[in-house]
Amino acid sequence: MAKAAAKTAAATSPSAERRPALAGRSTSATGVKVEVLAPAERMSLRAPEASLAALSKALGVTLPKQPKTSATKGGRTAMWLGPDEWLVIDEAGNDPLADCAGVSALHSAVGISHRNIGISVVGPAAAAAINSGCPQDLSLDAFPVGAASRTILGKVEIVLLRTAQDAFRVECWRSFSDYVFTFLSEGARDAAG
Amino acid sequence: MSGAFRIPAAGRLKQAKTARFSFDGQSYTGIEGDTLASALLANGVHLVGRSFKYHRPRGILSAGAEEPNALVQIVRDDARKTPNVRATVQELYDGLAANSQNRWPSLSFDVGAVNDLASPMFSAGFYYKTFMWPKAAWKSLYEPKIREAAGLGVSPDRPDPDHYSSRYAHCDVLVLGGGAAGIAAALAAAETGVRVILADEQAEFGGSLRFESGARIDGQDGFAWAQGAVAKLAAMDNVRVLPRTTAFGYYAQNFVGLVERVSDHLKAPGHDLPRERLWQVRAKRVVLASGAIERHMVFANNDRPGVMLAGAARTFLNHYGVAVGRNVGVYTANDSAYAAAIDLKKAGVNVAAIVDLRDNPTGPVIDEARALGIEINFGRAVIRAGGKLRVSSMTVQPKNGGGERTIPVDAILMSAGWTPSVHLFSQSRGKVAFNDETKRFVPGTYAQDCVSVGACNGTDGLSGTVDEAYAAGAKAAKDAGAKAGKGSKPKVDASESWSRGMLGAAPGAGPDTTVKAFVDFQNDVTAKDIRQAVHEGMRSIEHVKRFTTNGMATDQGKTSNMHGLAIAAETLGKPIPEVGLTTFRAPYTPVTFGSIVSHARGPLFDPTRKTAIHPWAERQGAVFEDVGQWKRAWYFPKGGEDMHAAVDRECVGVRTNAGLFDASTLGKIEVVGPDAAKFMELLYTNPWEKLEPGRCRYGIMLREDGFIYDDGVVGRLAPDRFHVTTTTGGAPRVMNHMEDYLQTEFPHLNVWLTSITEQWAVIAVQGPKSRDIIAPLVEGIDMSDEALPHMSVREGKICGVPTRLFRMSFTGERGFEVNVPADYGQAVWEALWAEGQKHGAVAYGTEAMHVLRAEKGYIIVGQDTDGTVTPNDAGLDWAVGKKKTDFVGIRGMMRPDLVAKGRKQLVGLKTKDPKVVLEEGAQIVEDPRQPIPMKMIGHVTSSYWSQNCGRSIALALVAGGRDRMGDTLYVPMPDGVIEVEVTGMVFFDETGGRLNG
Repeated sequence: MAKAAAKTAAATSPSAERRPALAGRSTSATGVKVEVLAPAERMSLRAPEASLAALSKALGVTLPKQPKTSATKGGRTAMWLGPDEWLVIDEAGNDPLADCAGVSALHSAVGISHRNIGISVVGPAAAAAINSGCPQDLSLDAFPVGAASRTILGKVEIVLLRTAQDAFRVECWRSFSDYVFTFLSEGARDAAG
Repeated sequence: MSGAFRIPAAGRLKQAKTARFSFDGQSYTGIEGDTLASALLANGVHLVGRSFKYHRPRGILSAGAEEPNALVQIVRDDARKTPNVRATVQELYDGLAANSQNRWPSLSFDVGAVNDLASPMFSAGFYYKTFMWPKAAWKSLYEPKIREAAGLGVSPDRPDPDHYSSRYAHCDVLVLGGGAAGIAAALAAAETGVRVILADEQAEFGGSLRFESGARIDGQDGFAWAQGAVAKLAAMDNVRVLPRTTAFGYYAQNFVGLVERVSDHLKAPGHDLPRERLWQVRAKRVVLASGAIERHMVFANNDRPGVMLAGAARTFLNHYGVAVGRNVGVYTANDSAYAAAIDLKKAGVNVAAIVDLRDNPTGPVIDEARALGIEINFGRAVIRAGGKLRVSSMTVQPKNGGGERTIPVDAILMSAGWTPSVHLFSQSRGKVAFNDETKRFVPGTYAQDCVSVGACNGTDGLSGTVDEAYAAGAKAAKDAGAKAGKGSKPKVDASESWSRGMLGAAPGAGPDTTVKAFVDFQNDVTAKDIRQAVHEGMRSIEHVKRFTTNGMATDQGKTSNMHGLAIAAETLGKPIPEVGLTTFRAPYTPVTFGSIVSHARGPLFDPTRKTAIHPWAERQGAVFEDVGQWKRAWYFPKGGEDMHAAVDRECVGVRTNAGLFDASTLGKIEVVGPDAAKFMELLYTNPWEKLEPGRCRYGIMLREDGFIYDDGVVGRLAPDRFHVTTTTGGAPRVMNHMEDYLQTEFPHLNVWLTSITEQWAVIAVQGPKSRDIIAPLVEGIDMSDEALPHMSVREGKICGVPTRLFRMSFTGERGFEVNVPADYGQAVWEALWAEGQKHGAVAYGTEAMHVLRAEKGYIIVGQDTDGTVTPNDAGLDWAVGKKKTDFVGIRGMMRPDLVAKGRKQLVGLKTKDPKVVLEEGAQIVEDPRQPIPMKMIGHVTSSYWSQNCGRSIALALVAGGRDRMGDTLYVPMPDGVIEVEVTGMVFFDETGGRLNG
């Protein structure tokens, strides 16, 4: 046994293939397209008010302090989810966890890149498609571009971000992604009608 | 030709667009735009159904949603057979097929009609009286027979092939009802630019403008004005117009449920169209413009086909171009029926006579009727209708008695007045007030941000209605934050108005007890039933309602409630407000299950959660079991194995070589912050402060009452970071429990919780060869026993990807749990599987996992515990920090009854016959010869065949169990008593040596 244990040869290690859930799935209906987004770096950030300046600096994004808001810079978006909670998504391939590692100010940074799946819902009927299961008011007045909210779609929790007038990003947990994608597909079909 | 009773010059339908349809197999022709009711009437068909209780022939009473009689089954195909569709609501489409209900063998000859002759047996409350004795007969005879005889329509017996959708919407002003009032309110609100939703249950907007031939607005015919106004509204970006949409429920904080009938009116609905769409609308302000519903007159045989509401007859004429008869009589207690008589007369229909219960009414309509040469009888009552399958006459008598006169008619149009539709207002928890002068309940005290306008508010006259509604719409918009609008109020050029009417029974309703003067048509409640209820001691209107079932049918008493109330009040000798009004409940009209279920069927019934490794298990032919919403691999049958054989092979394989198990569903929470250890000390029974980073501990979490809530292995990754695992089923509630305590009891702690259940795929590799399998794939972690002892955790890499590698065991064998980011789960599993093949490893499922842990006496929270088990009961005292002074549940755990002797304790059981496997849940007794009911001293919590032990094993909760070691107890089962011996909980490798084996 001890022999086997000693054999932790690094040289031969294969690299495991990444197989994201629902990779490449998409569906279209008149006025709305639902599409699974590419993997991204994600971090759940928890911190008190006093730490926000240091964390914002490290992240390169000013952490928003208002409910239902987000801030985006250089492919990195920080969404306000609660008084001390942010979801940070980086689509540029930079790890926000690494950027926070050197911050001594009080905080909790937990990597959740694989926990979530991002789904984009785009088109003039996007809001109606999402409203098939999401009770939020998605008018531009109530939910402008950049608005973000932890909410529900049907029976599951999602985080919703409006990326443009006619475009949303829906984030959900990995194992709920099939449900969310199917729900949005049905919503899209109805919104098109 | 679209029916002999169609008057081409009347109505608004385009005669050229015909539609064929069938009713009870007979073919007819109607016109597009007809309802089934108007199309049937155009063909002279009045008899459309049989009543619920007495099976009396019934016709079409109304022209709208309040219809109690004309309920039919619409058959599209074998799977689409919708019962109880109101013929007055169903729009005609070419090819529509409808059948009558509640009759056998045919509509005109219905055997069930003997109930009518036997009606003295079926008086009010007969269910409560007749079927009391003998008691045993209720279940075997009465209830099945009643169920067979009762019920309306036949339920479809196949899955519904249609789909239904739902939509949440928000608006500033929601206008419910699209008559003159609703349209005026919507215009005023929309002109300010705020978001407006206008909904109406009809296919076309206009409400009573459909029949009010005397209404003119902005220089146009009222109905034409309505269409123009709605078209204007629909073209505005800030307005959503919803026809065929019924607001069925008014809930808290201006949350209103509406159902839109999207495709029931179409000949061939496209596949993409839902049948119905549920709208859930949150509105800043609601304008209720729900109108009023006409009441019938209560007299003998007022239910004969051909006897209908005057306003309905007028609608059929003025909108659909259909005469409901050729020689009609009118019976009224208010002016509105005169307008019907006048319109029909002008269209060429003979009006035999108007019978008016009032003594000397005056007014323009009366003058006009008289000028047209219609016979008018004041102070007289219709005391009975003649005919059976169709009304043939009306018998008239002075209302205070005297000579009778029978007038031949083929239809009777009646009107007792109009009841404001306060249903939605009442559902909003508003309190209605009784207006003694007009004898109406109208909105009184409001509970929500809404306003009633027009007829539902008791406002008479079109001019007053439009004024009120326009002002209310503008105010609602302003209250919702709008600036002033820039439109102008519609100008009412001409309108109709009428006064009051009557409530309760007219002279023709008795007092003769054999008379059937119907109050509630759908539930067959007569005036004498209401009187009888009062005579039998019912005082509250709620009791009268339930005793007689008045107003309890699917029409919810839209035509009957006020009459029933008035008769009860009269019999009680009390004023109406003192007797009170029954509660209006949602839904306003029946709502299909389909629209409520909406998207939540098939794959969307409930989320089906699958792990990253699921596809591999599927390819291997795994059988899955549901664990909460998760699909988990249950066992992996090979070459025709049954479950038993597969599980035996898997269990032996793990202990002989190794096994791979997908443990990804385990709940995982990352606890981070300088006070993480302090927090863990408070949430778990165990001590954590001294647990070194890199080490793990089995933790137990209690509820405040001292009972076990959850358990799991916790690894300390760093001084300020713990990786907590929970049971699969417990993951969400443990997170909530922890977050709840953190926020409410321990907010001073600097610590945060993040769910990482789905971040990590977890591959358990267990068995003597487990290290040999893992080691070649791992980088940066010393796998030796010294560097990585049992119950430790390291971070490093496996297959080139990050891992949190736990050395832990839920099998009693040397074991590891490999955590990798979920997207890598399947590839790492495949790599481990390939390595495992070199060592004879098996893949094992949840069943083998259960057996293996039971062989070692490891408990499963929720199976071996049931919310009443303390750590001591479970033999887990060792996991409670003896020196700890505080944790959730510490005081509960010390309660006298939780430390008393004789509590049920977890023990092992071995059957005397090793081949017998106990049933989980089986009860345990000390003495099997005691008389029944025996004294139960415990029950079996887990029981399996253990191939590794070569015998059956079981865990059980037994009173004073640990003091009974070696005792014989008994498990009485239906086919005999099973003898068992009480043992310790560990059945395999009692010394635990294999953890390092």
